[in-house]
Amino acid sequence: MSAAETLHSSVQTNAPPAISLAGVNKWFGALHVLRDINLDIALGERVVVCGPSGSGKSTMIRCINRLEEHQQGKIVVDGIELSDDLKSLDAIRREVGMVFQSFNLFPHLTILENCTLAPIWVRKMPKKEAEALAMEYLERVRIPEQALKYPGQLSGGQQQRVAIARALCMKPKIMLFDEPTSALDPEMIKEVLDTMVMLAETGMTMICVTHEMGFARQVADRVVFMDRGEIVETGEPTALFENPQTERLQLFLSQILRGH
Amino acid sequence: MSITTDSLPVAPRLAPALSVGWLGWVRANLFSSWLNSLVTIALAYFIVKYAIGFVDWAFVNAIWSVPNDAAGRPDTSSCRDNKGLGACWAVINEKHRFMLFGTYPYEQHWRPAVVCVLFVGLYIVSAMRRFWRMELALIWAAVLTVIAVLMWGGVLGMPYVPQERWGGLPITLILATFGLAFAFPLAILVALGRRSKLPAIKALCVLYVELIRGVPLISLLFMASVMFPLFLPEGMNIDKLLRAQIAIILFAGAYLAEVVRGGLQALSKGQYEAAEALGLSYWQKTGLIILPQALRLVIPPLVNTFIGFFKDTSLVLIIGIFDLLTAGKTAIIEPMWQGFAVEVYVTIGLIYFVFCFAMSQYSAKLESELNHGRRR
Repeated sequence: MSAAETLHSSVQTNAPPAISLAGVNKWFGALHVLRDINLDIALGERVVVCGPSGSGKSTMIRCINRLEEHQQGKIVVDGIELSDDLKSLDAIRREVGMVFQSFNLFPHLTILENCTLAPIWVRKMPKKEAEALAMEYLERVRIPEQALKYPGQLSGGQQQRVAIARALCMKPKIMLFDEPTSALDPEMIKEVLDTMVMLAETGMTMICVTHEMGFARQVADRVVFMDRGEIVETGEPTALFENPQTERLQLFLSQILRGH
Repeated sequence: MSITTDSLPVAPRLAPALSVGWLGWVRANLFSSWLNSLVTIALAYFIVKYAIGFVDWAFVNAIWSVPNDAAGRPDTSSCRDNKGLGACWAVINEKHRFMLFGTYPYEQHWRPAVVCVLFVGLYIVSAMRRFWRMELALIWAAVLTVIAVLMWGGVLGMPYVPQERWGGLPITLILATFGLAFAFPLAILVALGRRSKLPAIKALCVLYVELIRGVPLISLLFMASVMFPLFLPEGMNIDKLLRAQIAIILFAGAYLAEVVRGGLQALSKGQYEAAEALGLSYWQKTGLIILPQALRLVIPPLVNTFIGFFKDTSLVLIIGIFDLLTAGKTAIIEPMWQGFAVEVYVTIGLIYFVFCFAMSQYSAKLESELNHGRRR
């Protein structure tokens, strides 16, 4: 409890939210995948989103940097409202980093080039400076020695850590993680989670879609439980896991625990 | 104290003699069963028999030159007597300049010859990856300008040669080089357009590809040479070669677009999303992430199409343009050389083969070079 409180203290409660979703709805054809989503995330807050598959959790965070378009409601990221305006979209994508389940490194570029690409082309950073920055982040995720290899030569865990470094090279204010450990072999999950914990300790605003409940307990300020496109319950991790209020969360937790 | 034998490592031994080396290969691939042995022996018999027959025809019994008769014309009677036994390479010896350069003025043949060398040089430079920079576009512009000056002349003391008199290999190289150099960028744009979210652009690209693919190249060439001038205002005339060239560009563009689109579709959605999530613009994403991967995926079908179009340029013969094949055909129109078509076609085939084989070898090399770090 006290650990969670100290983490909470890093959250600036008075500042405007880093991300705000208000009355967000989305449909895939006739399928209603996001239903009246309301969620405010403060700067420096760490939120874990969990829920059964098909509950809309990935779709929700993909709406935040507009990899998916929402059809109703309002999403404001870092004070900028998401709209069809390309300028505001570019501005948001510069501030929001994303890590995918399947890494999505660029296989034709070296690890270093993967990391320097966006700083050079989007931030217009000189190449030397971008390379120094990339090496700094590769050291932080503890794989500087792989810098000149290609993604195909790295293990899954290493690739995911590169993906984290690549996103960090843009110096984002917010990081989105879409099931970052789901495609990994069990022995590699820990190295990626360790990297994410380290990142959480730097005070980064993070939203993680994950089933790693240990991770949620360790770093999350808040856990959001989604089911069938709705936010069903939200709360501080210990309280939420130990005292679920809804039947749906109880069912989900029992399934997760059985799986472990 | 005891020694257990199973704790000692097994010493390496030689593999059985019949499973390694060329003997092993022959055994495994040619004589693995009695049926395979039978097929091997039968095929070996036919190959040796026809190879000997060909060598006899092409080299041993071949006639390399013929004397001139009293009137100063070549006397081909010795070739005629030898027909069926040996090749008459004298026809190539006599007619090779016409085959290569068509009706281009004889004393000016050095100009198309230089043009051919320039083209080959351009291919070699373009093929080297260390020249893949912006400067390459300048090199192309410069070389193509020099080629135009050489072909037309009219400056620097070179007499003017109208386009109607061009012929042979330079025509084939011009049609193929300009054709593919323009068709390829066009194809990339059309392939991207077909995947565009904008309905008008998408519809336009689909219409273009389907219309062009739906008609044979020959009918497109006919349209370009016969119908197109009817739509032009009186007095305005676009060069026949240029019209054929445009038809070839449009035709090749549609086919290449579909090849490129195949590569675009083979990329996972994650690559697009990762590029977008990093904030790359559409053209940055396309140029830095999507095309480099999509194009290297489609190198084999791309080169396949290139090779096909290199040879398809020979179809311009039906609208009366003197490419390499037409020039060869015309070279043996004189009565004394009639009947020696095989020798001429073998030679022309060999020229086409050299270019096409070089393309296919280069593509194989490029493919293996570009696939570094990619696990298969």
